Amino acid sequence: MKVGAFREPERLMRREVAVVPKVTAGRAERCGYEDEANGTVTVGETCRRPNMATEGLLSDGAHQLKTFAVNGKHALNVVNGKANGVVHSKKNGHVTAHCNGTTTGVPQSEPKKKPHSKESFEEVPLVTAVTTYMGFYLLVVLGYLNQFLFAPPVAKERNRKGYVPLYNRFEQFYSRYVYRRIRDCWNRPICSVPGAEVVLKDRITHDYGWTFQYTGLEKKCLNLGSYNYLGFAEATGQCAEDSIQSIKKYACALGSTSHELGTSPIHLELEETTARFLGVEAAITFGMGFATNALNLPCLLSPGCLVISDEKNHASLILGLRLSGATTRVFKHNNMKNLEKVLRTAVVQGQPKTGAPWKKIFIVAEGVYSMEGSLVHLPEVIALKKKYKAYLFLDEAHSVGAMGPRGRGVLDYYGVNPHDVDVLMGTFTKSFGSAGGYIAGSKELVDFLRVNSHAACYASTMAPPIAQQIITSMRIIMGEDGTNEGQKRVMQLARNTRYFRRRLHQMGVIIYGHEDSPVVPLLVYMFSKIGAVVRTLAKKNIAAVGVGFPATPLMEGRIRFCLSAAHTKEQLDNVLDVLEDIAETLGLKYSQLPRYKGVIQYEDENK
Amino acid sequence: MGSYWLPTSINGFLGDIKDASLLHFVLEGFLVAWLIWFIFRKSYKSHHRHSLSKEEEDKIISEWTPEPLVKSTPQDHPALKPHVVTGKAGHYIDVDGKPCLNLATHNYLSFVDKPQVEECAIQSIRKYGVGSCGPRGFYGTVDVHLELEEKLAKFMGMEEACVYAYGFSTVASAIPAYAKRNDIIFVDEQVNFAIQKGLDASRSRICYFKHNDVEDLEKLMLEFEAEAGKNPRKAKVTRRFLVIEGIYMNTGKICPLPALLELAHRFKCRTILDENVSFGTLGETGRGVTEFYNINRADVDLIVGSMEWALGSIGGFCVGSSFIVEHQRLSGLGYCFSASLPPLLTSAAMASLEEIEKNPELITVLHKQCQLVHDALANLSEFGYSMSGDIQSPVKHLYLTNPPQDAEKHRSLLHSISQYCIKNGVAIIPASYLDHMEARPRTPSLRITVNVDLTPAEVEAASKVLQQASSEFSLS
Repeated sequence: MKVGAFREPERLMRREVAVVPKVTAGRAERCGYEDEANGTVTVGETCRRPNMATEGLLSDGAHQLKTFAVNGKHALNVVNGKANGVVHSKKNGHVTAHCNGTTTGVPQSEPKKKPHSKESFEEVPLVTAVTTYMGFYLLVVLGYLNQFLFAPPVAKERNRKGYVPLYNRFEQFYSRYVYRRIRDCWNRPICSVPGAEVVLKDRITHDYGWTFQYTGLEKKCLNLGSYNYLGFAEATGQCAEDSIQSIKKYACALGSTSHELGTSPIHLELEETTARFLGVEAAITFGMGFATNALNLPCLLSPGCLVISDEKNHASLILGLRLSGATTRVFKHNNMKNLEKVLRTAVVQGQPKTGAPWKKIFIVAEGVYSMEGSLVHLPEVIALKKKYKAYLFLDEAHSVGAMGPRGRGVLDYYGVNPHDVDVLMGTFTKSFGSAGGYIAGSKELVDFLRVNSHAACYASTMAPPIAQQIITSMRIIMGEDGTNEGQKRVMQLARNTRYFRRRLHQMGVIIYGHEDSPVVPLLVYMFSKIGAVVRTLAKKNIAAVGVGFPATPLMEGRIRFCLSAAHTKEQLDNVLDVLEDIAETLGLKYSQLPRYKGVIQYEDENK
Repeated sequence: MGSYWLPTSINGFLGDIKDASLLHFVLEGFLVAWLIWFIFRKSYKSHHRHSLSKEEEDKIISEWTPEPLVKSTPQDHPALKPHVVTGKAGHYIDVDGKPCLNLATHNYLSFVDKPQVEECAIQSIRKYGVGSCGPRGFYGTVDVHLELEEKLAKFMGMEEACVYAYGFSTVASAIPAYAKRNDIIFVDEQVNFAIQKGLDASRSRICYFKHNDVEDLEKLMLEFEAEAGKNPRKAKVTRRFLVIEGIYMNTGKICPLPALLELAHRFKCRTILDENVSFGTLGETGRGVTEFYNINRADVDLIVGSMEWALGSIGGFCVGSSFIVEHQRLSGLGYCFSASLPPLLTSAAMASLEEIEKNPELITVLHKQCQLVHDALANLSEFGYSMSGDIQSPVKHLYLTNPPQDAEKHRSLLHSISQYCIKNGVAIIPASYLDHMEARPRTPSLRITVNVDLTPAEVEAASKVLQQASSEFSLS
């Protein structure tokens, strides 16, 4: 249970993350404790030691702290020059004190490095934590009462008397009496292209969510729910036209696997383009993103291998690991110190019982975590991977296309050499507005997968129009269409992301994740507030996604916004205005951080 | 403050000892001894764990050499040089630029290149774009998904259907949505690979019975029953499942459904029926193996179908009662956590389904072609081929009667025969398996698929080519 620390005036629960390459988390933490032992340390001093990262909590009653960047500059301005180096080490053990502006700005003095990135995971206030739990238990108690008093209007199994019950009773109870209460917030059908705006099919329930009826009406909403990062979900334009042509040329499907007769020139072109896009030797593509993980991890791993997996990894990765028969250990989300500890123990102790050395050790992480909005700490992970001779499997489902100055994913964002990541996986569903997934890396890896992948042998190949959409959109991003349309989209997404996140911070709501991540989870904590917010947003013609237990920890119900290059500033302002209202009326302003008072500017297009 | 309470409490303690009964004394002593042992054991263990110094640990780390990321792949493996299909994989198919009669891809009803189906897909792109950009729960449910689900449920005469984005993931997700650890699943040993992965994911106990052998299944079930009788408490929470295919992709044979269902009913097993081949091909109107045997579909708990073979699109679906299917919307991993099926492929599948409903005679024609191909292949026995597959099945396997002993040679011979056939204008390919991954060894074979548009002359010609191949590679 991650109940946040109590409100203390001198300890604001904010964790600033700055990534300084070549810094290992272990050192960061140690450095932090030293600072604490020393009492007050000026930020300037901390920062003059470039290879040390400190989790810095820069606050003091007397000192003003500005956490917001203005005009695109990431700055944590410590006015008055000094701040107390209060060290606060929670789950993310790696971080740097930021000093900029008035003090010596170490990260900024290295021009080629990425602008130091910020990630925030503000802790939940204790009162909220308690009320959230109480609210949840109240729901459960009322649910049981309801179940006891009234027969649920649900389908029953027929002709299966004497069979062992099919479902777990609590699971069934949960979906009937807890989930059902806000069931209307999910599975809302759409009837248009999921672009910047989306048309929702209107439905109502007359029985508190047991059943839904369609009213026949439609409702146009601003779309912050779909993974349409670069705005390639389009019914017109080059992508759509090319896809239509490919249907005419290759039909909708081939009805075969790639080992048999499922390969058409379009697949070869797609694989070649993907490899070029990512800057690696080769790539292999599959018809479904989920299956890319679930069907390829098992052939890369075997019993006797160890996988060290981030606790927030996607279900498809977890399924793939389960199918592989390898031993899995979990490290705390994005916590480099914990990762190193697990790695070190694993290598030193070897396999359990026998103590034999592991055959291979894999680190499995994601680029952008879809529920947290956080970004993998790639340079540190790579440093650790090299130190302990592990292999790195990076799932870029949400980051490819959406991150980096050229849209090539987190590697591009951090300026990492693609050869430093052993297995690059990603999907085409999100940024490319299509479907399917890829695995890219060395030719040796890809050849191995071509022969051994479950999907290559048994699953049908990607539909040609789906492949064509990817090829066309990828070319646009790379600028191979002769325009700067792709680059513009990448920039637009980055601008939208920073603007939207900063405005939300300013509003005083708690949002998770990295400053440049287009996935923005807004914490509402309480189960009932998920429903309230999603419904209110829908009423105001905004489509957003609510996520609650079991997809998130019990206490961390959230609303997730996915930004898109298709959004304009006006649309975002509209959402922000509505959110401001909702945050006020529903009490979402949980943040205890100081807020930036000035006007947050939307970055200039030419910047 | 210590100086005040310490003597007092020691005095009290000594007083307590004096007053204590012998039993009390022994018990306390025992407790203290146990405590000492406990602490000692614990410290011994942790001592052992921390016995390595940092240098020693570093040494272990520097000495450890992991296996390479992947084993090296032989560069002559056929999968590295796949055939390239230029154009549509219809009744005829261009393999590496050579036009061939298509007996290889799964296009039983010729929907892959049907203009109506293509037109629907194109219209769908014009309305919805290409991708759905989200999982079903998060604005990835497009109205065409609902429409298709309704049509599928109606077509199969069942309450509810749910559509998956990928054929492989359909059954592989459906099984673990119900079967969990400690459950038992009875499975035919020839089930396809997707089912096997579903079984793995469920972590249930798996009992394979001999292919289509009802007696063997009964034997296994009786054994289990006897075992369950010994531990009734466990048996009370052990769910039982029977997983079978309508037509087995790996053998082309139809399952003896009535007898299997009778057994399932007797032993209170729920049945999951994978109709990836039989959907749209078996039964008078293409409603699958249940129609073929004229069985009430409600007797089967869950029917899983593919839209990738008969319907000429991508994806899969499950149909059953609402009680069963609804559960997958939250528990089917491939349903919940994957982007939904692109609308254009949904529309294409829907167009194909409508076509089957409109022209059920298509199925009758297909059955005729199956018979035709069946007869032609059966006649190849004197040329060193033996056939597996039932008459009505659109999938047949050709085995070599006298195969080379060496498995590798066996496979490469089949590959050569396939190449020969392609060179001579007939696309026939060996069924591909990952031998080391399959639950049971699969006999290498040439897999022949039947298409509704085949003519007797074409079948004759194909059979000629196989005969020539036989003499070319001296098979008989």
